[in-house]
Amino acid sequence: MLSRRQFIKTGVIGGAVLLAVRAAYGPFSADPLIGEDRDYPYAILQGKERTMLAAIAPVMLAGALPQESDARQRAIVQVVRGVDTAIRGLPPAVQSEVGDLFALLVFPVTRRVLAGVAKPWLDATPTEIAAFLERWRTSSFVLLRTAYRALQELIMAAWYGNPEAWPRISYPGPPVVT
Amino acid sequence: MTSDIVADGLAHGWNVRDASTLTADLSLDTDVAIVGTGAGGGTAAEILTRAGLRVILLEEGPFASSKDFKMLEAQAYPQLYQESTGRKTKDKGINILQGRCVGGSTTVNWTASFRTPPAALSYWQQVFGLKDLTVDELAPWFAMMERRLNIAPWALAPNQNNDVLQRGAAKLGIATATIPRNVKACRNLGYCGTGCPVNAKQSMLVTTIPAALTQGAVLVSRARVERLTFVKDRVSALECSALDSSGLRPGSHKITVNARHFVLAAGAIGTPALLLRSRLPDPHALIGRRTFLHPTCVSAAIMPSPVEGYSGAPQSVYCDHFLQSQPVDGPIGYKLEVPPLHPLLMATTLQGFGEAHAQLMAHMPYTQAIIALQRDGFRDDSPGGRASLKRDGTPLLDYPITDALWDGMRRAYWTMAEIQFAAGAKSVLPIHEDAAAYESWPAAKEAISHLPMQVLRTRVVSAHVMGGCAMGSDESNSVVNADGRHHRFENLSVSDGSLFPTSLGANPQLTIYGLVARQASRLAAGLTGRPALPIA
Repeated sequence: MLSRRQFIKTGVIGGAVLLAVRAAYGPFSADPLIGEDRDYPYAILQGKERTMLAAIAPVMLAGALPQESDARQRAIVQVVRGVDTAIRGLPPAVQSEVGDLFALLVFPVTRRVLAGVAKPWLDATPTEIAAFLERWRTSSFVLLRTAYRALQELIMAAWYGNPEAWPRISYPGPPVVT
Repeated sequence: MTSDIVADGLAHGWNVRDASTLTADLSLDTDVAIVGTGAGGGTAAEILTRAGLRVILLEEGPFASSKDFKMLEAQAYPQLYQESTGRKTKDKGINILQGRCVGGSTTVNWTASFRTPPAALSYWQQVFGLKDLTVDELAPWFAMMERRLNIAPWALAPNQNNDVLQRGAAKLGIATATIPRNVKACRNLGYCGTGCPVNAKQSMLVTTIPAALTQGAVLVSRARVERLTFVKDRVSALECSALDSSGLRPGSHKITVNARHFVLAAGAIGTPALLLRSRLPDPHALIGRRTFLHPTCVSAAIMPSPVEGYSGAPQSVYCDHFLQSQPVDGPIGYKLEVPPLHPLLMATTLQGFGEAHAQLMAHMPYTQAIIALQRDGFRDDSPGGRASLKRDGTPLLDYPITDALWDGMRRAYWTMAEIQFAAGAKSVLPIHEDAAAYESWPAAKEAISHLPMQVLRTRVVSAHVMGGCAMGSDESNSVVNADGRHHRFENLSVSDGSLFPTSLGANPQLTIYGLVARQASRLAAGLTGRPALPIA
């Protein structure tokens, strides 16, 4: 089983192949995570952004993702891909805003000062990440509440728009129409 | 097997172009150019083509149809909506649902069809000098559009989501009624919001647009009208960008449309933005101002038996009690309806994250929701928002939420909670970042008193965008007259929701159909010298 850090560092080459990567750590790339996802050509998200999202998503979605480790890691990959797809469908001006938000989150100084996350995303614990999200969610600064909402919407939409999420919430999917 | 109207139409000779496939610039000439294919554009197109006029329709969105409608949120929202349902006001405080496709918002709306409330018409007569727009004057136009779009009160039993509103209100002695819907052979599926997969919803996509195309109209989709050009008091042409294959950015080609007359139906926000990009003279700085939203707050409830709010006609019960219990310019009143509940929209609307949020989502089949639509625009402290342009020319609505609206929303939270408990709710969750699930009406009542009503704490959404190009008799407070004709530019009409001087207190589609049917018929008569023909 890959540790969280190993999972993020090595990248995912494809759901089934992930299991075979357990024993080997795979190539280390300068931009970790999901950097070598050959099954999905990322259109928007850079490696550092994928790392950040892969750290935040399981905290944002705590309780909603599969419990079992491999299924859970596959789900996280699905969410990060889903965020990339969603951003691709936004108008340029809005893509630019999302890009600015992600830049704040991946740049260490603003990550520390604005998000209050001292460690790199690879190393931040779920508790630390949850505390940062809660700070932004309830902040007296409108800008930070705005930033929280942008993250929440992208991550929630990526998961709950995915049929993988539906059994857990007992949503049967669209009806069959003849 | 549902026939696809677009496939059928193309097989029968419709003149339809997807601008993203152009390999060269295009120059077109016609009698009437119509910008936008929503409620106003579609209605105008059918009436004008019926009168024998040549019409070209420009639509920024794609020409999607039933074969594309798979009832999947992740697919439908980016394809059919402005900003993938994520359009927001400038301070991000209000999330706006607005269509962006052939048929406009009518392709994705939830079918509620109400004639303009008399209280709104009275206000328009008194304050905006719209003396001609009386209930009696508009009645035959509403009747024609109700026939055309098969509008009638929903005849089947309400789904559980709607039934909670009905029986909770009844318990409290509050009147509710059945919503009229523009549907034919509706299968009660509940997926109006992702595009009707069986063409039952009588949107512009399956009614007026096909009729206009069959009568010879030309439609160019994925074409963004950048500006009007004008000389003195006449508009001369539209300059458009053909969008690229993403449908989001201008591609390399341009389209120019020359016409005798121009009809703007790009919707509230869209039409004002087009006029701003065109730098049309606006001496009183009215364009884009007084844009209204029916700002909406939401209350969720967990019921003891399954609700399954993703299934069944989404909106079939409404309550106007809280609009009628006070004058239109009194404390802001609200209309109660229910929203359909599908996973993606529910997840992004609910407060919180992590385990607490996951727990709420796990209760999805037992979750009910009521929405309260604030009737904005009838008081000085509800002046609406202002549509302007971002740096790239795309629109931005700045709508600061005023204390009068926050007050209305707090009252609405109380109303909705009381109704939900009366209907037997186990718990009620006002959709607000600081609210929890309350297990009794007294607990909810107390907690709602203390909720800080602020942007991005109180969840505020909008599915009705109105105003920004108001009708009126006086140039100092209106852009167009009662017939939608620009006060100064003689060959320019506005035919969409941006006409409204205020909000309505009712879902706007039928108001747009009625107003535009009347004004397009008068325009057709003016351009052809013959009375216009009815379309139903």
